[in-house]
Amino acid sequence: MGRLIALKALSLVPVLLAVSCLTFLMLNLLPGCVECQVLGPDNLDNPEAVAAVRADLRLDDPLPVRYGAWLGDALTGDLGRSYVTRQDVTDAIRERLPVTLEIMALSMVLALVISIPLGMATAYRAGGLLDRSVTGATFGMLAVPSFMMALLLIYLFAVELDWFPATGWTYLTDDPVENLRSAFMPALSLALVNVAIFTRLLRTDMIATLQDDHVLLARSKGLPTWRILTRHALRPSSFSLLTVSGLAIGNLLGGAVIVEQLFALPGMGRLLFDAIFRRDLMVVQGVVLVITVGFVIANGVVDVLYSVLDPRIRQRSPSHA
Amino acid sequence: MPDSRATTPPVVTPATVDDSLPVGAPEGPAAEHAVRGNGLDPTLPAVLTATAGSKRRSRGRGVVFWLALVWLAVVVLVALTASWLPLSDPDKQDLVNRLAPPLSDGHVLGTDGLGRDILARLAFGARVSLIISVSAVSIGMLVGGTIGLAVGFFRGWFESVTMWALNVVLAFPGLVLLLGLVAFVGQSLTAITLVVGFLSVPVYARVARATTLAAAQRDYVLAARALGASNRRIMFGEILPNVALPVAAFGLVALGVVIVLEGSLAFLGLSVKAPDPTWGSMIAEGRQHLSTTTHLAFIPALVMFLTVLAVNFVGDVLRSRFDVRESRL
Repeated sequence: MGRLIALKALSLVPVLLAVSCLTFLMLNLLPGCVECQVLGPDNLDNPEAVAAVRADLRLDDPLPVRYGAWLGDALTGDLGRSYVTRQDVTDAIRERLPVTLEIMALSMVLALVISIPLGMATAYRAGGLLDRSVTGATFGMLAVPSFMMALLLIYLFAVELDWFPATGWTYLTDDPVENLRSAFMPALSLALVNVAIFTRLLRTDMIATLQDDHVLLARSKGLPTWRILTRHALRPSSFSLLTVSGLAIGNLLGGAVIVEQLFALPGMGRLLFDAIFRRDLMVVQGVVLVITVGFVIANGVVDVLYSVLDPRIRQRSPSHA
Repeated sequence: MPDSRATTPPVVTPATVDDSLPVGAPEGPAAEHAVRGNGLDPTLPAVLTATAGSKRRSRGRGVVFWLALVWLAVVVLVALTASWLPLSDPDKQDLVNRLAPPLSDGHVLGTDGLGRDILARLAFGARVSLIISVSAVSIGMLVGGTIGLAVGFFRGWFESVTMWALNVVLAFPGLVLLLGLVAFVGQSLTAITLVVGFLSVPVYARVARATTLAAAQRDYVLAARALGASNRRIMFGEILPNVALPVAAFGLVALGVVIVLEGSLAFLGLSVKAPDPTWGSMIAEGRQHLSTTTHLAFIPALVMFLTVLAVNFVGDVLRSRFDVRESRL
């Protein structure tokens, strides 16, 4: 097991290097000079600012040297400084990250809590009324982008019913109940697309599992249905669900930009969005790097978890793991 | 091909699977899902929408299929002919008639917060959606399909390196990378189309490669080789016709994904510049009036929803018809 984790971690190193390299190149291979991009047209007349940026970004060094220096700084937690707000990029990210993580975690929990029972129920009576209506509804939900879902929820729960605040964020440390209330709608609007995906996936896998001999044996022993579904069928049916949950993190990260903007939440997505609008390229670079590295690592963890859940994979040659 | 297919027959997965996923991908069913990467990937909805139905249901699907086709035809037609249709000027403001409800005089679908005709804006917005989605998908399909065909046919270290590089692009969360790139290259129809197109190249390359791998093992390829056919002739004469259809079917589903992506960008104000109408920006504008009038946001949202739904449905039906695995090629 430890060997497996070590191998997995090792295989992620080149991916992370390549990802960081691409992120670095985004800023550095743009047409025009880098300091013009970083400073924006307003500050270009100021020779001191230009000199400061050139020194900070080592623009007089060749590209590979600059990449090495930038990567070294990034590894020690220094992602540079915004030339628009003067804030340290790492500090800005550290401030915003908890909000996004909370929304994402809540959204993932919501999606799983809704979709696992639905997937099991529809698979158990495949072709039945419940199955057909859920399958149809989830097909429709796949065509609803998260911003549309968020808008619907705002209209329903904030404008019409007035149950949840339409915008704004209360920090967990200030008031846990209000915090959950402000996080609920953003999390739900991100969760619903995943509910559709997860339910359909679990349903398909579960239908296959329910035809297995071990389920027949459990049934012939007279075990109650819920026990067969939860204890005997769920685990072997959940492997693809786990992998797709890992991949869904990527969509959640993208969706976070949208819902944080819509609900005015002080998270990473908002930081990225504001930085894009201000053309604050240092911040864009830092946020893209942190988000992507997080995504790659999360999927690496899912791969390891996958072989924890499924012993058949562990027994194969470790080079495949 | 993976043995997992033998043990789980009802799992409907795309033909994007194979034995070697370079970026530390898992084996078995996990690998099948690992190929679907960031949000740009069209295969995910396709996979999940496929359901084995009874005869009775498939007839019901047939009716919906034609309804979806008709809707798409109307959207495309309106987008193409918007300039000649008897529509008001989409940018003409009529501040006296602001926020007119649907079915009011001269404005079938009402007007927006600046008194602009919603129907006209929808028609011209369809143009943006159509241009971006069709051109981005074409770029992805042509470039990715060619790469996939080439590496799947010639194999070797070239294949490993190329697929690894393409997987790195998939390691980025789609919308985040898209937003970052739009920030750097600027917002214009061309820039957005190119960025979306090239970001989707890896997906098509994977589909094309997997289909090529399967096709290259067929007897007719062996027969062609035995007859002395050149590599080029086998690639384009024997394999390409079998790869083109599955790739095109994925492309169709991808149209919906791109429409949603453009909508999200427009909703954030990062698509084509105002006042050019797009569905996403119309929804964003409607959001400001949500507490008083709802049709501003919900009419474009409904149009976008129906279009994406129709594309998904048609794409799904065609995909299952052309899927290598399902047709037992």
